[in-house]
Amino acid sequence: MNRDNDKGKVLIKRSLILGLIQFVLLLVIVTRLYYLQVFQANKYRMLADENRISTRILIPPRGLFYDRNGVVLATNRQNFQALIVAEQTPDVKSTLEAFSKLMPLSDAEIKRIRKELKRKRSFVPIKIKENLSWEDVSKIQLNAPDLPGVIIDEGLSRYYPYGEKLAHVLGYVSSVSDKDVKDDPLLEVPGFKIGKAGLEKLFEKRLRGQGGNLQLEVNAYGRVMKEIERVDGVPGEKIDLTIDARLQEKAYDLFGEESGAVILLDVRTGEILSFVSTPAYDPNLMSQGMPTKIWNIMQNNERRPLSNKAISGQYSPGSTFKMIVALAGMEAQSVKKDTKHFCSGKLMLGSHTFHCWKKHGHGYMDVVQAIQHSCDVFFYETAQRIGVDKIAEVARKFGLGKKVDIGLGYELSGLIPTRDWKKKYRNESWQKGDNFNAGIGQGYVLSTPIQLASMIAKLVNGGYDIKPTFTKPTQAELNSIKKINVRDEHLTKIKDGMYSVVNVPGGTAFMSRFNYNGIKMGGKTGTTQVRRITLKERQTGVLKGEALPWKLRNHALFVGYAPHDNPKYAIAVLVEHGGGGSSVAAPIGSKILLEAIKLDDMKE
Amino acid sequence: MYKSYETTFKNQSLTIREKLVNISFSYVFLIVLLGAIGTFMLYSAANGHWSPWAINHLMRIGLGFSVMMFIVLLDIKIILRYSYLFYFAALILLVIVEVTGYVGMGAQRWINLGFMKLQPSEVMKIAVVLAVAKYFNSTSLQSIETVKGLMPPLLMVLTPAFLVLTQPDLGTSLMLLLTVGAMFFVVGVKLWKFGAVFIGALVAMPVAWGLMHKYQQNRVLTFLDPERDPLGTGYHIIQSKIALGSGGIWGKGFLKGTQSHLNFLPEKHTDFIYTMLSEEFGLIGAVFIVFLNVLIIAYGYSFALKSNSYFGKLVAIGLTTNYFFYVFINMAMVLGLLPVVGVPLPLISYGGTVILSVMTSFGIILSVYVNRHQNLGKD
Repeated sequence: MNRDNDKGKVLIKRSLILGLIQFVLLLVIVTRLYYLQVFQANKYRMLADENRISTRILIPPRGLFYDRNGVVLATNRQNFQALIVAEQTPDVKSTLEAFSKLMPLSDAEIKRIRKELKRKRSFVPIKIKENLSWEDVSKIQLNAPDLPGVIIDEGLSRYYPYGEKLAHVLGYVSSVSDKDVKDDPLLEVPGFKIGKAGLEKLFEKRLRGQGGNLQLEVNAYGRVMKEIERVDGVPGEKIDLTIDARLQEKAYDLFGEESGAVILLDVRTGEILSFVSTPAYDPNLMSQGMPTKIWNIMQNNERRPLSNKAISGQYSPGSTFKMIVALAGMEAQSVKKDTKHFCSGKLMLGSHTFHCWKKHGHGYMDVVQAIQHSCDVFFYETAQRIGVDKIAEVARKFGLGKKVDIGLGYELSGLIPTRDWKKKYRNESWQKGDNFNAGIGQGYVLSTPIQLASMIAKLVNGGYDIKPTFTKPTQAELNSIKKINVRDEHLTKIKDGMYSVVNVPGGTAFMSRFNYNGIKMGGKTGTTQVRRITLKERQTGVLKGEALPWKLRNHALFVGYAPHDNPKYAIAVLVEHGGGGSSVAAPIGSKILLEAIKLDDMKE
Repeated sequence: MYKSYETTFKNQSLTIREKLVNISFSYVFLIVLLGAIGTFMLYSAANGHWSPWAINHLMRIGLGFSVMMFIVLLDIKIILRYSYLFYFAALILLVIVEVTGYVGMGAQRWINLGFMKLQPSEVMKIAVVLAVAKYFNSTSLQSIETVKGLMPPLLMVLTPAFLVLTQPDLGTSLMLLLTVGAMFFVVGVKLWKFGAVFIGALVAMPVAWGLMHKYQQNRVLTFLDPERDPLGTGYHIIQSKIALGSGGIWGKGFLKGTQSHLNFLPEKHTDFIYTMLSEEFGLIGAVFIVFLNVLIIAYGYSFALKSNSYFGKLVAIGLTTNYFFYVFINMAMVLGLLPVVGVPLPLISYGGTVILSVMTSFGIILSVYVNRHQNLGKD
């Protein structure tokens, strides 16, 4: 009995201990609750939101490009694609079969769709076919009852209505690559495209706009339950260019199969009305993703469709450089109003003979006549007298030998040689013969077509240092244009010379002259050799044009302006291996200038 | 007055009316309150629908309530008398599911009774408490202090614990061992014996580990560290913590738990219902549930202490402890303090057998209280 009493006492004692233990354990639960729900509440709230909120970036429409008259140059086209939502169709297979009866699906496409169907959840739309035409879309909509679960989704894709004609101006957009700096969440969006070349690249920031975002509540399986918040983005800015689509098209078409470049400028403002480099690529194809096959063909094309010849093609300016030499001569007081040099067809320098392009010579020439006839001997003499450094000084004032910097990539600076330059880079001293070559824009002298266009504009606008641009300069920018330090009367002489080239019989571009209600143009042709003419050839007669392989034919150049009385437009034309400046380049330049003047006339 | 009442009824059975009058209504109220809370949580778990869970839960609570009342009205002597029989019946049921489970080539834990699925392991939780209590009731303290005297109750618990473990249901097996272990503690088994078992287990562990297959080892490792398997069990516990934590102090509101309603929280109507409650009602709601359970457990202890019979005391403590382990293991599990072992929160989680099992327990505990003045003797 006593033991029984003890048994009961032990039970009570131990029960109280057990109860206490259980109480303490439940206190641990409360402590843990307090820790999770008070101390760590914010952390878990964030995690809960991360779980349930799926943020989607809304892609803003990319800004459009317009020409100076409001014509659309680059736009966003609706890109229709057909999608299928597996859970919305009773039988995926038969729906796809019905679809392929309307629009054949390739085996590769069917394979891809099958793979995605297996991998993705049944409510996730899967792409069947993209880039559908309007007809395709209406066909699908018409047959909607047979195509349960098929939906049409529209996105925007870049479209360039002028295609190749503006390829080297606008460039193209393409998918973001690993190399691109990802400073914007938009760039992380799959399928997002950014400007990769040309103005698309230059104005990328303005064109892109700001992405909006859409916050959706999703469940554990990723299904969208409801829209929580939508912040609309800011559409990309539209950009008005100075390009005139009509002149651009005209210039491009005039080239036909030829390879080369044209730049048409407003001489007073530097506005670029036409900017062509041929051949070109199709930017629409680039934006969709260029097939490797076509890409390889373009890369190996000797006419280099991928290269922008207007800014990254460096050529000897040839006779188009003679205005600079003449001006330098006048500025150096070597060439005066009545200065004449005799051309016998050649000039001897020691044992070396320098030929004029005209075998039997031009006789006595003053500066205007020398430009008109493009007399080489006159410029040999002038260059010889003033030296290359004086020429280089003037050339630089007119923008040669340095980048124009119009904002497109891969621009080259050309080359204006000086005595120091040769010493420094060639480690040779300047020879007298080098002066002769420089005098006729050959030898070391190199320039890009955009430099030549800019040069001619400055020569005829009264010596104002304009800068070629694709966007209209502001009034303040126009007011800040400085005058180049050359004498006006010298510029007038140069203009007189260029007038004679076109409008006086015997001028090298006389055949390309026009007279439109009294409006005339001035200009200068150039033909530059891409190889040295051997003595033997000189005796037996130089092989001309067609007889030579394309690569060895001369480059044809023309720089010009119009109207002569009150210049508004300047042009530079380069036809690679095109033959003669007067026969090939001048007619193209003339036609474009005339067209520009006619279009102005129509407007008034 | 009190004294006379005590002497009057000391050794004879009470009438039904007397029993009803003596029921602790606060205890019953707590039970019904938890059942009602469970019903509302299941209503929320179904995104604001009575079906499929809330309505069934309500009906089960009702059925459980009837069972509880029926047991209260039973003569407690009958419970004492048939404790062993009840235990053996439960053991046979366990063996039956074990065998049919083998035949069915899968883990089967229940017997279909037509209107409900009976889990013998749940029945066993009560049966083993009753059987062990009956055994200790009949032995002397000296016997308890000998190892030999502990062998019968040890066998009583190890046999079903092993059977349940092979189902495999680690949670239930653990609960059987813990509950009976607590009873051993209460009856006065010396602490060094617990220490010896603990050390023995520690020593045996590496040996058992060496004998296990690689896949079995992996299973144990994942069990011990769910983060090993972040998409399986680990995913559950991570999402549970997110749901709980994001509930904060005040909760997201009834029917507004995002983790639960967007299905990030798994098993939200069964094992993880406490998480869902804590997400929707915050710390306030979660602590309130703990508080209600503390009260139920405290009542259990107070009933035990008020009982005049050793058997009654031990049964009340054993069953209350069993209930405690349900609550504690479930909460610790969803709070990430214990591995996920599949123990529901009684009265709140969806599941028929558990409701009937705990309601039966409450019935027996109440019966102990109602018959507190009876000395049942050693039998």
